[in-house]
Amino acid sequence: MSESVWIELQAAFWPVAVGIACNTACGLLGCFLVLRRMSLLGDAISHAVLPGLAVAYLLSGQLGGWPIFIGALAMGLLTALLTQTLHSQAGVREDASMGVVFTTLFAVGVVLITRAAAQSDLDPGCVLYGMIEYVGINTQPVLGYPVPRAMVTLGTALAATLVFILLFWKELKLSSFDPALATAMGLSGTTMHYLLMGMVAAVTVASFEAVGSVVVVAMLVAPGATAHLLTDRLSWMLVTAALVGVLAAVAGYAVALWLNTSLAGAMAGVLGLQFGLAVCFAPRHGLVSRWLARAQLGVRIVAEDILARLYRREESLVESPQPDYEPEVPVSMIARWMARWQLLWRGEVVPLEATLRLTERGRQRAQSLVRSHRLWEAYLEKNLQLPLDHLHEPAERMEHFIDEQLQEALQAELGVQDVDPHGRPIPPGTD
Amino acid sequence: MISYNTLIVLAGGSLLGASAGLVGCFAILRGRALVGDALAHAALPGVCLAFLVAGQRSLPPLLCGALASGLAGIWLIALLRRHTRIKEDAAIGLVLSVFFGVGIALERMIQNQSASGAKAGLDSFLLGKTAGMLLADVYLIAAVSLLCLATIGLLYKEFKLVTFDEGFARAQGWPVLGLDLALMVLVALAVVIGLPSVGAVLVAALLILPGSAARFWTDRLGWMLALAAMFGAWVGLAGVAASATFSKLPAGPIIVLVGAATFLASLALAPERGLAAGYWRWRQFKYGLDQRQLLRVLYEVVEQQPPAARIKLDDLLARKSWKRGDLQRRLRRAERAGQLRVTDGAAIALSAVGRRQAALAARKQRLWELFWVEYPDVAASLVDLDEQTLNTAIPAELMTELIDELQSRGRWPVVEESP
Repeated sequence: MSESVWIELQAAFWPVAVGIACNTACGLLGCFLVLRRMSLLGDAISHAVLPGLAVAYLLSGQLGGWPIFIGALAMGLLTALLTQTLHSQAGVREDASMGVVFTTLFAVGVVLITRAAAQSDLDPGCVLYGMIEYVGINTQPVLGYPVPRAMVTLGTALAATLVFILLFWKELKLSSFDPALATAMGLSGTTMHYLLMGMVAAVTVASFEAVGSVVVVAMLVAPGATAHLLTDRLSWMLVTAALVGVLAAVAGYAVALWLNTSLAGAMAGVLGLQFGLAVCFAPRHGLVSRWLARAQLGVRIVAEDILARLYRREESLVESPQPDYEPEVPVSMIARWMARWQLLWRGEVVPLEATLRLTERGRQRAQSLVRSHRLWEAYLEKNLQLPLDHLHEPAERMEHFIDEQLQEALQAELGVQDVDPHGRPIPPGTD
Repeated sequence: MISYNTLIVLAGGSLLGASAGLVGCFAILRGRALVGDALAHAALPGVCLAFLVAGQRSLPPLLCGALASGLAGIWLIALLRRHTRIKEDAAIGLVLSVFFGVGIALERMIQNQSASGAKAGLDSFLLGKTAGMLLADVYLIAAVSLLCLATIGLLYKEFKLVTFDEGFARAQGWPVLGLDLALMVLVALAVVIGLPSVGAVLVAALLILPGSAARFWTDRLGWMLALAAMFGAWVGLAGVAASATFSKLPAGPIIVLVGAATFLASLALAPERGLAAGYWRWRQFKYGLDQRQLLRVLYEVVEQQPPAARIKLDDLLARKSWKRGDLQRRLRRAERAGQLRVTDGAAIALSAVGRRQAALAARKQRLWELFWVEYPDVAASLVDLDEQTLNTAIPAELMTELIDELQSRGRWPVVEESP
């Protein structure tokens, strides 16, 4: 490797490491915030820990250390408590009470920090966006190596987060997805809530030096939200969130270097980009895949309509050269064309002059469809007493979603009935 | 003597506070308080981009950029909420922080490229700065504030309807979506003009605090709006003045602290909804309960004794698990009310008034008791929170029935009629 690249990598090492620790710790906790719909409370806490931090800084002269964590935990719990109290006792709306509490506390914090900064070298702007680029300056020896203090703090925070999640895995999982059941099983929902908020406060304060009070919310919410779009299982969600955070740290550093800008801002931007990509392209919940799934469904429905129409034409023994297999409901040309192509490709129809003809395979599928349609009509007439002209449309819609199992159940419910309400025979099912 | 400039700045601050407070009322009532916060944070990239395009720190283009960027953020939140499985709170938090982070990145880029003057100009958008604002800027802010106020004035009835009964408004044919949009634009305007003074991080407080404070004083929308405007004007005025005094501190936090003080004062002192009033009511209620209980127990003692006999303090003490100090306090209150007299600190004599009231209190309690026993399912839905409930809740025939029952058991107190 060339010399200059090595130097660059060395310079990058600690900021990226700190970034990884920050993003991962925040992202893991943030998964639970997103699931419990507490993202804004996380936002509030990250703002509200500032006074505690400021007081600790004024007392100790540095931004790290154990008293700060205790102070942060207390502030975090206080915020959650104050918000809850304002809402339940004073009748202030929930979001307004959150807004009142965290803006006030943040204002107090800024005033204190600015006073503290006047007495030292602290740049009050770092309150808002951190100073992760300069983490290499304050180091302390760990196992003989000089490690940035921020790394020690965030490393500890990350370790604490992992321990917390592993220790309370079952409780967190249950209380996040089914709070009522959790309470019924004796798990105190309040305890879990305040434990989680306390952890968020501690991790936020640890991240303060890295990314500041406002950008940290991106680290809390974005990885979890991105993971939520990519997977449905909690364990995978946590892993994905961690990976998203790691990627954001690495790519963020590259972007910050390239554009010569703030690393915290660049990481937030990369997180946003990842989220945007997930929104569009996530395999099941992404916009593109949902559109594709809808389109697929649309084509299937048009194709099945064509088959059913052809079958009915055969039934009524009318041969017509006109392509009157068109679906009753107007559909786009693309849908029609794709449906026709799909049927041809599957061997369910063959072209016949200007129209189509069912193959044996096609006839079987069409027969099943028409059976579903007529069974449903009979069912509606028998159980809902709908008039005859109200039966066709709902059956037309339902026929695509009735499988063989449901057909048998319907047949059993209808008993010995082989004609639909219009008098047409119900085709037999495949044995 | 205040200079013309200072006067204009103070007036501008008041107008800003008033319009923000007014708009904020509707935002709070529609549950959109934190969307205003998201708007403020999301406005930052727009400010930076506008600066890059305009090339100078001139307020109108910066505010336009802020408006565009803020509204884009709001639009994105709505989109996320409607088309993905991401819930509203996560959408708000995400847009807020990502936009802000991008804004910070842009700001740093600008700072690295141009002279230091630019940095100072943009920094003030984060936490606010009232000193050194150009007069032209103040005029602009004042003008937009007046526009907001005028719009609220024009559309007052429509906003009121949509806020409190959206379904009815829709059924009546009002363009609910359009009105909602108009409100959001007003919120955006109020936020954006607040940016230079209060900063992006805290301007949401300018919307939330006055309205929340006003809410404590009244239940009527008109009064709430008027008070919010007044509080907002006060916060704007005092905040700007205070930040001029504490010039080393950024203006935003100072203004917010003035607002917070107003909020806390309202919370504590407002009649009816305030904490002090609530405490007072609770105290009165508790004393009433305590004194009625004392009278009942006194009656139970007196029932079995000849009328002239004294009641011993220790006897009373033994009947319930009350502490000596508490009992003595209750006795003193009863003494002040003329219901009894305590002699030698240990013997109690009921006055005629006291005996009558004690009998009435015992009557009430025994009626309730019997009612609960005989008709528990009905009684469960009634609560004797005040003296009137008994007479209004139980029908007359039932009352007679209960009284007969008590009389037959010998537990119906005799009340001497007052002459």
